[in-house]
Amino acid sequence: MISELFTTTVLIGILASGIRLATPYLYAAIGETFSQKSGVLNLGVEGQMLLGCFAAFYVALTTENLWLGLLAAMIVGAVMGLAMAFVTVNLHAQQGISGIGFYLFGLGMSDLLFQKLLGTVETVKGFPEIYIPGLSDIPGIGEIFFSQNILVYGAFLLVPIAWFVLNKTTLGLKIRSVGENPDAADSLGVSVARVRYFTIILGGTLSGLAGASLSIALLNVFQQNMTSGLGFIAVALVYFGAWKPAGVLAGALLFSMVNSLQLWIQVLGIPVPSDIAVMMPYVLTILVLVATVSKVRTPSALTKPFERED
Amino acid sequence: MKKFALLFTLVLALVLSACAPKATPTPVVTEPFRVAVVMPSAINDMAFSQSMYDALMRIQEEMGGPENFEVVYSEGMFVVDDAAAAIRDYATQGFDLVIAHGSQYGSSLQEIAPDFPETSFAWGTTAETFGQPNIFAYEAASQEGGYVNGVLAATLSTSGTIGVVGPIEVGDAKLYVEGFKAGVMATKPDATVNVNYIGSFSDVALASEAASTHLAAGADALTGTAQMVVGAIGKAEEANALWFGTQSNQSSLAPKIVVASQVYHWEVVIKEILDLIADGTLGGKSFVITLANKGLVIEFNADYALSADAKSLADSTVKGIVDGTIKITLP
Repeated sequence: MISELFTTTVLIGILASGIRLATPYLYAAIGETFSQKSGVLNLGVEGQMLLGCFAAFYVALTTENLWLGLLAAMIVGAVMGLAMAFVTVNLHAQQGISGIGFYLFGLGMSDLLFQKLLGTVETVKGFPEIYIPGLSDIPGIGEIFFSQNILVYGAFLLVPIAWFVLNKTTLGLKIRSVGENPDAADSLGVSVARVRYFTIILGGTLSGLAGASLSIALLNVFQQNMTSGLGFIAVALVYFGAWKPAGVLAGALLFSMVNSLQLWIQVLGIPVPSDIAVMMPYVLTILVLVATVSKVRTPSALTKPFERED
Repeated sequence: MKKFALLFTLVLALVLSACAPKATPTPVVTEPFRVAVVMPSAINDMAFSQSMYDALMRIQEEMGGPENFEVVYSEGMFVVDDAAAAIRDYATQGFDLVIAHGSQYGSSLQEIAPDFPETSFAWGTTAETFGQPNIFAYEAASQEGGYVNGVLAATLSTSGTIGVVGPIEVGDAKLYVEGFKAGVMATKPDATVNVNYIGSFSDVALASEAASTHLAAGADALTGTAQMVVGAIGKAEEANALWFGTQSNQSSLAPKIVVASQVYHWEVVIKEILDLIADGTLGGKSFVITLANKGLVIEFNADYALSADAKSLADSTVKGIVDGTIKITLP
């Protein structure tokens, strides 16, 4: 039975569904990488995702325009980010606690809006899979990489862009310096507050997109609490990926592939109890975290509010 | 401020004087029967919680509206501690019947119920009343509708591969899945039923990928149970595979591919409980909704063109289960 795992159907299935599952993680975790790089831990990702999920779904359903839905999700995420930035940057609130607060707000608010505006589970026609002439026809590869919807491509494209911005631009330098040594950055004329506002709002926007990728591209449905912890896993993936976009990508893919692998293990009837199978991605993630954590240094100013010493 | 205080006193005096001297006999208002229900997901989840909410609404309508039968609910109580607080709250407020709609609430209820001997509690899905005189238990013989769905799936599937998306391998979900498998095997012994438990009642994304996995493995008919299956139904629709629903009527989610849904009509049980409460029995009994007592109903999707043969096969299967000629053996 184990040998059945290595047929092309199964391998293609695992890879293609792993790539789809990784999409929301990528948006949310890349966004979180930016805010953590600047020294802010945003635990409200899950709430931002849920509101983004709902905003995208509702706007797409009522206007029948998916792009407006996408825009709505980004705006909602950005506004949530703005609020988070105000609370953590201006009010110096404890970041972990206020993040949980934003999560609970997003959870409750998305549910309330769902009840009041929709009232029942509905479906929407989401972003279609894009067929790329030539590339999509390559056997196997085409099915895995080149027959996905636009938000899946966008998520993977985001990884090199994020790497470039963080490592090769002045903005990236500012973000990193604010996260490592805000006092020094401040003395050199970098506005710590402005940089952190930027990264937190960017993080919120990307979390909103992560939500939209679920509700109007991958699942095309809205259900109460439908992210069910994806946002928290995204935060964990930032640590897993050692605050590097490529590391986040590796973590998101590993977690998602193992998750789709366990789905296949059950379907193929390989005698592993379902409870054990569903634990696999989590156990593996913890093992990798334990193995790598000693080699990684967190941004020095992470979770520390910045107060200028006059 | 002083002005306000004066005004307030004045208004208060007026109100009091207006109320007090009314000596006309107040009409005898019968207190409504008050029910509170605590549910793990939303009342419109197209699944478990909605089945209870809809049932209570049907009873309310029959009894003549909220004046006679008041229903309040707490939904989205997936945190058991919150649910326990809500259950205790409702009991304190003097509700006649407090329903804890979720097997995960059992141990909380076991602690709370003895503190409120005058209040009747009901919980499900289970058969366990903890020997408490004020706890009713209810469950669904969901393997019965699962069996009927399985028979239909086996008949309509051309590939001979059928996929099941389950939440966690326990209770009601497990009964449904096992019944479904038995139905398929009884109809087409050489068919393959692939079962996937995703380990969550809410992870819509993983449920959707579980459905994709079944489709990639060759399934052309799918079923699943619990509220996260909305993700799976979408995938089935994209691939034009058939879907068999349970808990609530899921036809509206994908009118082209939903063949039939097993729908829970908890009102059958709730009405019995209400009668018992009226007679002074507050608990100690357990109930099961079945095809026989019409607590389980197979609802066909009017938009799906089901062949007359398949329809009559489903009907005769229901009849067989009701009269006992079909025995469902669960592992």
